[in-house]
Amino acid sequence: MSERTGAAPASAVPPLPTGRGAGFMATFGPWIAAAVVLAVLPQVLSSGLALSTLSLMGMMIIFALSYNMLLGQTGLLSFGHAVFFGLGGFLTVHAMNAFAADGPPLPLIALPLVGAAAGLFFGIVFGAVSTRRAGTTFAMITLGIGELVSSSALILRHFFGGEEGVSTDRTGLAPFLGLTFGSQLQVYYLIAAWCFVSVAAMYALTRTPFGRICNAVRDNPHRVAFIGYDPQRVRFLSFSLSGLFAGIAGALAAINFEIMNAGQLGATQSGTVILMAFIGGIGSFGGPIIGAILVTYLQVALSDITDAWQLYFGLLFIAMVMFAPDGIAGLLARQQPLLRGRQLHRVLPAYALALVPGLAAVAGLSLAVEMTNRLTVHAGDGPAMSFLHVPLRADAPVPWLVAVVLFAGGGWLFLRAGGVARQAYDEALAIVQGRGNAS
Amino acid sequence: MTPALEITDLRKSFGAMEIIRGVTLSIPAGERHAVIGPNGAGKSTLFHLISGHYRPSAGTIRLRGEAISGMAPHLINRRGLSRSFQITNIFPRLSVWENVRCATLWAMGYRYAFWRNIERLADARQRTEEILTEINLLDRWHVPAGVLSYAEQRALEIGLSIAGNAEVLLLDEPTAGMSRAETERVVALIRRVSEKRTLLMIEHDMGVVFDLADRISVLVYGEILASDTPERVKANPAVQQAYLGLEAS
Repeated sequence: MSERTGAAPASAVPPLPTGRGAGFMATFGPWIAAAVVLAVLPQVLSSGLALSTLSLMGMMIIFALSYNMLLGQTGLLSFGHAVFFGLGGFLTVHAMNAFAADGPPLPLIALPLVGAAAGLFFGIVFGAVSTRRAGTTFAMITLGIGELVSSSALILRHFFGGEEGVSTDRTGLAPFLGLTFGSQLQVYYLIAAWCFVSVAAMYALTRTPFGRICNAVRDNPHRVAFIGYDPQRVRFLSFSLSGLFAGIAGALAAINFEIMNAGQLGATQSGTVILMAFIGGIGSFGGPIIGAILVTYLQVALSDITDAWQLYFGLLFIAMVMFAPDGIAGLLARQQPLLRGRQLHRVLPAYALALVPGLAAVAGLSLAVEMTNRLTVHAGDGPAMSFLHVPLRADAPVPWLVAVVLFAGGGWLFLRAGGVARQAYDEALAIVQGRGNAS
Repeated sequence: MTPALEITDLRKSFGAMEIIRGVTLSIPAGERHAVIGPNGAGKSTLFHLISGHYRPSAGTIRLRGEAISGMAPHLINRRGLSRSFQITNIFPRLSVWENVRCATLWAMGYRYAFWRNIERLADARQRTEEILTEINLLDRWHVPAGVLSYAEQRALEIGLSIAGNAEVLLLDEPTAGMSRAETERVVALIRRVSEKRTLLMIEHDMGVVFDLADRISVLVYGEILASDTPERVKANPAVQQAYLGLEAS
């Protein structure tokens, strides 16, 4: 059909899909490994803080993946995804309270089903409105729905509990195999189990006719209509199912914290999930998992060190969008051909070389942020402070000079080293591809 | 016998501008029919009306006897009418394989199935392989469609429109922008894929038109000037003046 100058020779064409499974270990190996990791993690990281951080990561992985069903898989940018997380959580809290009083003897481990049902229900209701249009119109409608729900949360005090929210007691429900879920360790395993099941389900969903048509809608909704599919119906189904999984995440949050408040369904939470998906990378299934783990870790770790941690998130987000728009997963995916071609050693020194000035620039920026923070927000504490264990005065000129030099000099060197690293990458890739063509 | 496609007094206006001004056209099943005409005659608009992309202002379109005028594109497609686009219109981030497989799914009856493993659908896999063989892209199956060459993308465009096994096929300038050799291959492909189908095709290349078409309709300023066999159209003085004459000069 065409002249193909420069294309790979026929011998480089991978074999056609056969439809037969890739073998038991190739298909289920990664899942078994993930299950083992989830099972032994609390033995390695057993402190209370580690357990509650891991629990938080588990629910955020589900939440971020459910968001990527919209953004990465179907091409829908939603600004109100926390609505389903929050409503799933609130209904779970109310269900827990009702069941604990005099309900059916439903064990706690089944309660995320309530969140799933709530998420699906509101996904259908709000999806029917928002998915009639795609693009900017869709984004604006989800923004409106987010605002609508979070402002009603403060008005409908009976259901949402106003400012302080609604609390519950997870040990009040019927025990499950003798487990009462009083300890964080038991809650961790509950969350890990649901996380595993949800991730597997969402992954399976990407490998169905529906999942592929979602990708087609993302790529070219107009064309989808001419191969027999209604793009609006595809968006609606994707939105509803994504609400279901966000509802599960919300239910796990309710079980974990034993309280839900309006903040859980507001704009900040909706923003966080966008951040997780983007930083991790929306182009692959695993990206949002990486993003959820990293962002949650930074939230816990950074908020302990500095109260300007949200500013750092903003800066991280900007840096990722500017330098690595396909996220961490995208950066890793690009190293894969080098790894397979055993050429990774050619680029690692260049990467390390770029990392040093990069870290210096971050340190300079962070020093400036912390000193500004000290002089403005914490003016009452006086200018004496310490940064990376170095005592300094925020109103003295030397630290500011250091900050500027670190940031400007580090930044300049980083950009230069980045160019070198990119060149090294291109060369290594050319070697790998050249060899592929020669064989 | 009911015509495959029957258009009666079709009109389309954009504001005060009437682009399609009373087109009547009947295409029997199995015919290869070409629509020619100068730029701006309304050829693409006519295709957009038939395929449901635009809503007619007046008139009716019948597909195998059933009125389809005003239906959404996906509903028309499900009734057995498929089309390609003048400007390549594929799924750029999906692989060539996934592009074609997605286009087979509805006709195979898989609809929105979110409980079936797509890799296990043997009939969809087999059909995808057939189509890729037909359009000669089998050795490019794993490549993202967005990185294919122009001619390859045009071939994929045709592949997407035949994958669903529609009985009526609309091709909008399938050889546009192609070299002589590429055009010949596309003509051979169109001849093959239109064997058991009804073909309606917009084409500027007169060589292709006279080579392929059983009948030709000449569209000028939204009206059908003539609709006849290639020989008679060629001999028609009004056509020569309005269109072929311009081309020759």
